[in-house]
Amino acid sequence: MIYESSWQAILIFFVFVGFTLGLSFWLGRKAKSSEGYFAAHGQIPWFVNGIAFAGDYLSAASFLGICGMIAFYGYDGFLYSIGYLAGWIVALFVVAEPMKRLGRFTFADALDAQFNSKGIKLAAGISTLVVSIFYLIPQMVGAGALVTPLLGFDQRIGVVMVGTIVILIVVTAGMVSTTWVQFLKGTLLVVFSAILTWMILDRGFEVKTGGSDGHVFQSIDVTEVDLSDGNSSVGTLASVEVLGAEDGWKSAKEPFVRLKHSDSGKISVWHVEKPAGGGTDWRLTEAQTMTLTSAGKVLVNGEPKGTKKGENQLHPVGFVKSLPDGVTSTGRLSPVSFLSTLQQSEVVLWRNEKIKHSDGETTVYFSKVTTGGQILRPGEHPTFKGIRSEKLTDKVNFLSLMLALFCGTASLPHILIRYYTVKDASSARKSTIVGIASIGFFYVLTLYLGLGAMTSGELDVSDENMSAPLLAKGMNTWLFAAISAIAFTTVLGTVSGLILASAGAVAHDLISSAFGWKLTDTEKVRVAKISSVFVGAIAIVLGILFQKMNPTFLVGWAFSVAASANLPSLVMILFWPRVTRQGIIAGIVVGMVSSMTWILLSGEAYSKVYGLDAAAAVVPFSQPGILTIPLGFVTLVVVSLLTASRGRQRLA
Amino acid sequence: MKPRSSGLGLILFTVYLLFYAGFVFINAFDPASMEKTPFAGLNLAVLYGFALIFGAVLLSAIYGVMCGDASGSGSERKGPKP
Repeated sequence: MIYESSWQAILIFFVFVGFTLGLSFWLGRKAKSSEGYFAAHGQIPWFVNGIAFAGDYLSAASFLGICGMIAFYGYDGFLYSIGYLAGWIVALFVVAEPMKRLGRFTFADALDAQFNSKGIKLAAGISTLVVSIFYLIPQMVGAGALVTPLLGFDQRIGVVMVGTIVILIVVTAGMVSTTWVQFLKGTLLVVFSAILTWMILDRGFEVKTGGSDGHVFQSIDVTEVDLSDGNSSVGTLASVEVLGAEDGWKSAKEPFVRLKHSDSGKISVWHVEKPAGGGTDWRLTEAQTMTLTSAGKVLVNGEPKGTKKGENQLHPVGFVKSLPDGVTSTGRLSPVSFLSTLQQSEVVLWRNEKIKHSDGETTVYFSKVTTGGQILRPGEHPTFKGIRSEKLTDKVNFLSLMLALFCGTASLPHILIRYYTVKDASSARKSTIVGIASIGFFYVLTLYLGLGAMTSGELDVSDENMSAPLLAKGMNTWLFAAISAIAFTTVLGTVSGLILASAGAVAHDLISSAFGWKLTDTEKVRVAKISSVFVGAIAIVLGILFQKMNPTFLVGWAFSVAASANLPSLVMILFWPRVTRQGIIAGIVVGMVSSMTWILLSGEAYSKVYGLDAAAAVVPFSQPGILTIPLGFVTLVVVSLLTASRGRQRLA
Repeated sequence: MKPRSSGLGLILFTVYLLFYAGFVFINAFDPASMEKTPFAGLNLAVLYGFALIFGAVLLSAIYGVMCGDASGSGSERKGPKP
């Protein structure tokens, strides 16, 4: 789709960003010491810190990725909502209070509280950097996805803008301003998402034949004979020629038919629907295509991409095909009846397949009528398809992802450092409870936002990350402007938190503690600011490289690395008195290296990062957590036992 | 000495862990049961999912009320000083 920016969106966007930067500069004056820069002097009120948790945590992945996944595949995106929230239970009941009691600036402080070891600081500092950079990628991808419809810029410009603004925020301010900015964004995101949900329920469902641009997608009843090569009419379509399958069209997984229209010379692509039980009564449904030619031109439905005469753009999609009892419109629905009505309805969803041919590559977007029962059940998205598979490894992949989501939250460095911004363990606990309530409420809304987008007629078939902003755009331009600006500034908040965590790891854990450089308070803050610029630059480059991937999927990887590297040492140092310095270092290193190696050798990385065949992947499933989290624990325990006994022998 | 909140925390953590594990294992090994609609026309996947979210909020609220203002200072171990 081609997005046109509106002045309302630009106005609200710049007001938000200007306010955020102004707040950062103003509060930055108070954060000259390292205590102020890294931990806001431990003086943030617990309620504000709790909402700031939400602002920090409800990132691009939550808002854009989950809503997009629900809008295109249904319930599966909600599995992420459930997993992300469940992770907070580990944070509250296991980690929150001890973290506050043991640490000072970074989570390495807590691990190192009883050892004062350079090795622990080094391992935990590197782990913080790795996890933060993994987590930064989806945030930057989400930022780019937001800027495109908002300001009409290329996605890459959005990534560069976010990177630059965040570097400015972190360099000028620190934890005080980051916290207050996250508090404001967290509040606004939850409130505006609730407003949007209320509007979705107020609108209810309506049967339609196409998206918001008024285009009616055609379907034609045919028989198999109609589709013989060279036929000059197909069903009710006269003056068309059925083209034979050639090149990549021959090996397409889906049954496609290409028709050449003799009056215009255009070639249209149709998807063939065959009756489930066999039979000769087939149906052709109109597909959409986007072709990238060898010469670098982009064609949409056979014509150059654009908005002028003779040019085409993809039609917006996402509509209800039928409602229960044959009604065409429901009117206002309650939160329960919204879901129960959808359960009995049929919705037109869209899937895609890439076809390589001699003149380039064509992505075919084709419709698929899907029952509400299928939409509201797990296992439709490729990531979760494994739960319906007979293969054990597919089921293990699902278990592994859900385990990583459960264990990952309490291991994320930018979440852990937020425990140092409040005054004591009680405040850490209370702020986590506020965080859970606000984040939980938001995650309930994601189901409605996603399903609302699915039936809004506004979806861009080529970009699921845009579902939530486009849903808002379909409701009201001002609402779209506000939602996009809030989402954008929420990305800013999460990215600032991550960059701050990385800067703390470099200045405090690595340079000051592990390398033993004697830095004054001012020098430590200066080193942190310089580190922020470097980490920000890395985030910009990675955000551009990974721009086509779903942010939620990428976050799943970050959670796996965080949980494998950090959780074993965090938990064991709190609950196992025999843990040793060497055990902690080994646990972190083995957890981090094994999870990263597994991810880089997985089928998902093969297909989505390297562009290779997923079947050629070295490891049997993509999500490493189920093996690498226990591996981190086992390594820590074994090394601790070995080194403790050696220590005892020496003493004897 | 353990802080007084940690025992309660571990009990509530175990309760939630079992509840979450039930959801994950039903999805993995009996996905068809998630499609059943036992209440108000909503399927088990939606009901269980909402229960997990509201359950997390409920347990954290119970924990907050039970702990009051206790900060568990008995186990206070200060972090390293610069």
